[in-house]
Amino acid sequence: MIPAQFEYVAPTTVEDALAALAEGGEDAKVLAGGQSLLPVLRMRLNAPSLVVDLGRIESLRGVRDDGDAIVIGAMTTHSEVFHDPLVNEHATLLVKAIEQLADPQVRHRGTFGGALAHADPAGDLGAPVLAMGATFTIAGAGGSRTVAADDFFQGLLTTVIEDGELLTEVRVPKFTGWGAHYEKFVRVHHQWPIVAVAAAVRTEGGTIAEARVGLTNMGLTPLRARSVEAALAGQPATDEAVRAAAASATEGTHPPSDLNGDADYRRHVATVLTRRAVLAAAGA
Amino acid sequence: MTVTDEVSTGSTGGPREVGSARRRKEDQRLITGRTKWTDNIQLPGMLHIAMVRSPFAHARITHIDTSAAKSAPNVVTVLTGQEVSEEQGVLANAWPITPDQVAPVHPPIAVDRVTFAGEVVAVVVARSAAEARDAAELVDVDYDELPAALDLKEAAEDKVLAHPDLGTNKSALWVFDSAEAGTGGAVDEAIDKARTDGIVLEREYRQQRLIPAFMEPRSVVVDPTGEQITMWSATQIPHILRYLLAATTGVSESKIRVIAPDVGGGFGGKLQSTPEEWITFLAARRTGRPVKYTETRSESLMAAHHGRDQWQRLTLAATKDGTVTGLKVDLLADLGSYVSLVGGGVPVLGAFMFNAIYKFPAYQFKVQTVLTNKAWTDAYRGAGRPEATFAIERLMDELAHELGVDPLEIREKNWIKHEEFPFTTVAGLEYDTGNYEQATAEAKRIFGYDELRAEQQRRREANDPVQLGIGVSTFTEMCGLAPSRVLGQLSYGAGGWEHASVRMLPTGKVEVITGASAHGQGHETAWSQIVADRLGVAFEDVEVLHGDTQISHKGLDTYGSRSLVVGGEALVKAADKVIEKARPIAAHLLEASVDDLEFKDGSFGVRGTDKGIAMADLAAAAFTGHNLPDGVEPTLDSDATYDPVNFSYPHGTHLCAVEIDTETGGLTMRKYTAVDDVGTIVNPLIVEGQLHGGLVQGIAQALFEEAVYDDSGTLVSASFVDYLVPTAADTISFDLGTSVTPSTTNSLGTKGVGEAGTIASTPAVVNAVVDALRPFGVSDVRMPCTPERIWKAIHTGGGTEPTEKDAMPHFDENDVADRTDGASA
Ligand SMILES: Cc1cc2nc3c(=O)[nH]c(=O)nc-3n(C[C@H](O)[C@H](O)[C@H](O)COP(=O)(O)OP(=O)(O)OC[C@H]3O[C@@H](n4cnc5c(N)ncnc54)[C@H](O)[C@@H]3O)c2cc1C
Repeated sequence: MIPAQFEYVAPTTVEDALAALAEGGEDAKVLAGGQSLLPVLRMRLNAPSLVVDLGRIESLRGVRDDGDAIVIGAMTTHSEVFHDPLVNEHATLLVKAIEQLADPQVRHRGTFGGALAHADPAGDLGAPVLAMGATFTIAGAGGSRTVAADDFFQGLLTTVIEDGELLTEVRVPKFTGWGAHYEKFVRVHHQWPIVAVAAAVRTEGGTIAEARVGLTNMGLTPLRARSVEAALAGQPATDEAVRAAAASATEGTHPPSDLNGDADYRRHVATVLTRRAVLAAAGA
Repeated sequence: MTVTDEVSTGSTGGPREVGSARRRKEDQRLITGRTKWTDNIQLPGMLHIAMVRSPFAHARITHIDTSAAKSAPNVVTVLTGQEVSEEQGVLANAWPITPDQVAPVHPPIAVDRVTFAGEVVAVVVARSAAEARDAAELVDVDYDELPAALDLKEAAEDKVLAHPDLGTNKSALWVFDSAEAGTGGAVDEAIDKARTDGIVLEREYRQQRLIPAFMEPRSVVVDPTGEQITMWSATQIPHILRYLLAATTGVSESKIRVIAPDVGGGFGGKLQSTPEEWITFLAARRTGRPVKYTETRSESLMAAHHGRDQWQRLTLAATKDGTVTGLKVDLLADLGSYVSLVGGGVPVLGAFMFNAIYKFPAYQFKVQTVLTNKAWTDAYRGAGRPEATFAIERLMDELAHELGVDPLEIREKNWIKHEEFPFTTVAGLEYDTGNYEQATAEAKRIFGYDELRAEQQRRREANDPVQLGIGVSTFTEMCGLAPSRVLGQLSYGAGGWEHASVRMLPTGKVEVITGASAHGQGHETAWSQIVADRLGVAFEDVEVLHGDTQISHKGLDTYGSRSLVVGGEALVKAADKVIEKARPIAAHLLEASVDDLEFKDGSFGVRGTDKGIAMADLAAAAFTGHNLPDGVEPTLDSDATYDPVNFSYPHGTHLCAVEIDTETGGLTMRKYTAVDDVGTIVNPLIVEGQLHGGLVQGIAQALFEEAVYDDSGTLVSASFVDYLVPTAADTISFDLGTSVTPSTTNSLGTKGVGEAGTIASTPAVVNAVVDALRPFGVSDVRMPCTPERIWKAIHTGGGTEPTEKDAMPHFDENDVADRTDGASA
């Protein structure tokens, strides 16, 4: 498990990182926590000529308050996000998802931005950020642009981030006071989800006022279950009502088939998990 | 766990080491990793190997261009099978199970044809591991793909040949028949009779392919400098390895030293002579330089040997009251592409165990071993016995279900009663001791069997979406390999004895040498405890040496739960010889008659006096030799080689409760109770550790692990992302109990424990799964019992189709509609 040779730079500013990427061209690769990239390099599935390590860029780390949103730096580790007070107050859904993401070692190394940039359809962060309508800040040679979560994920392991660009931060609207739950279905704990459902729910009395639902590993990208969200609005937070709304969770999904289950099975599981996630988020 | 206190510890009467839960001496270095793993070894001028492996399951090698690799930086040489065919030796099969067994020649580097995806086709030797790897990418191999024999059942029909030149995939047909052997009746008669007035159950079970997945990948270093060629290898079998290297390479055995330094687990997976060892040996001899090869995890999963992989067709005959009258077993066993060291013999190790703890009057066992174009199979924890135990324990549950009685009741009706020991079984083995009633009663008590059955009933009646299943496994196994005479009758290529030496050092410390080669089991601790009791020396004063053929010159290594029951007995005998050698010296120094001496707590005393002399002083006396009786050798050091008189038969009752989420097929283990009889317990902590690990490995077969090939013969479960090895997070706390009936075939009374947990647990778990699903008309779920399989079983009332179809992950949504469930049984 020895990677092919590559050049390595560890700049301390975003500008220097962008300059290095520009120089490296399409054979350059960004290194964040390395939890997805290093296995790929070691198995020689990819052999970049230049690796640009973002680990020393302090400005990419940490979580800050930005009025109606919190902003999470791309290089903030899963573990830092998990323990962050702002995240715990305003974006509980992320906490619930990260709690079940991989194992402590990986959570201490892997980063929020790295996981989203990697865009594994079975990654645990895509569905929550999609459900919460986050926006992504992407820096490039010509400056920064922001992209809505709906447009960020393009396909299997593909996002709108272009060669020479960097994801710098993710802006997550505040969901203060919302209930949240991440229902992850696995066979062993350290596994990527077979299917998972992210739900955030705002209840008024016993009624679901608003709901956000995201699906993990039900297609080439994380998916937002808008028809479930619409069906839930105004419904009582009861098993019966939520079950009916959850039935449409599979609309527009294209789940994979693999050793853990075929697509039909995943569709079935998605409806069950959607019901459970929403009910748990609603505190019912 | 309770500490046994009825242990006889030889002549000492002091505080006993045997039975005490000593922390393991070796753990600090093993856990911190600050020790000599093979890959840690660095020698001056050492070269490194990278392998070029076949991506195809079956192909002719038409051309290999090594020129680019040879001219890459710091590459010393590149070897191909063609170039070294004369000198590379072959990998041996040490157990031809029948005289006419068909076995292809197994070259370390493929010469003109590759027979599984992962086989070595070229070897790059360079000054650094990175340069070797880089250059390996430059080796250009042209292949002509051949059709591959992949599916076991199809391969058994010779539709596609794994080795076209052999003309068949069928390697050997091995049969045991109780009527022919004179150990029981004719099984077909029993079945015919049961068809008219009794019950006949016919079932087919699949033992999926597994990967031993030891923690330390295999690694080998060979140093050819000096008189002897030294090989360090992460192996379970340094002694056998040395013998085989000599036998197949023409190098004199006396010129080869093999060292298994600390080895990070094996589970049978390192009970092998590997192409990688032969290649490294060859490369070191060719270059005259030390050479190292350490495999990657991907290589390990792909090309270290696999385990299990059988189809089992079973016919059980019984009377209407549930008394079994006959059992017929028909196996297909997948050898993979070569007949490995003991690969063909693995199912034969199960042949004597399908009758398990029961008094079946008639029994027949047949196994057809079959060659395919997959990684070769061989021993994996339990080797043959888990397969047997699974089959019979599943069948006993089926019989109980058929009759509508409790599964423990049907077992009790058929098992050997405790007063019937020693008992000769229908397979011809003599079980020395056991008490199935006691182990079962204790297990039921700890488990809360009746309460859980009541809860199960409530959940069933309430149509609870979470159903409870209770699984039973009352197992025994044969281990402690093995009486040499029996191995000879089975055409095995070696004996089954073990060797031990005890060296009394002049400072009073003791060195123990054992031929058993530990790879994580805790021999150093257990052996120290035995010697401490036997010779009355301090536990800390005993040093246990093993795994180096220059130090431990004689041995047959560690596998088959043999180390303590065979090697421990050799140690007892060697220690007893030390006492006998010391006795005349003690008498001389005490000026007493030998007959008046008494050995106790490490000292010889003269009966009726307070005169005495300690073992340490006698060791010093022997060392100086200043004052010894005439004609007495100036040494206390002693050796013993012990050939066991019988196998060892641990047994136990395992009870498992699982909760099944019928909405998703998700499974949660609720409770697992195991009451094992492993005879006298030398160290309860080690026994618990062996059981915990064993249980998890058996549970993993039931629920998680499967080596899956796609239909081109590529291993799909080729990383730990897809080959699901459970971790501590995936297991529950096990409730262990003991029931002790000391073995009568060794002086400590021990029985093997290394494989017991694995052998027992798999059927307990699957029985629990099936038990939970009985209300849905389910009678089998194929292993591993994934949530998908469980869910589909619930919704179709049947079994499940093979996983091969979904082997390659894919996203094609049109492809998924036609998946229908066929029953597997
Ligand atoms: C054993 C194990 C188990 C895991 N289990 C899970 C799990 O259950 N759920 C889950 O969601 N994940 C899991 N992961 C993945 C984990 O979340 C990774 O941390 C994550 O996918 C990648 O983050 P990273 O910071 O390590 O990124 P890296 O591996 O460094 O990079 C990943 C990719 O993103 C690119 N990239 C990284 N940062 C940026 C950036 N700022 N701008 C542009 N491109 C960038 C890199 O070039 C690379 O292509 C697991 C990983 C391991 C090793």
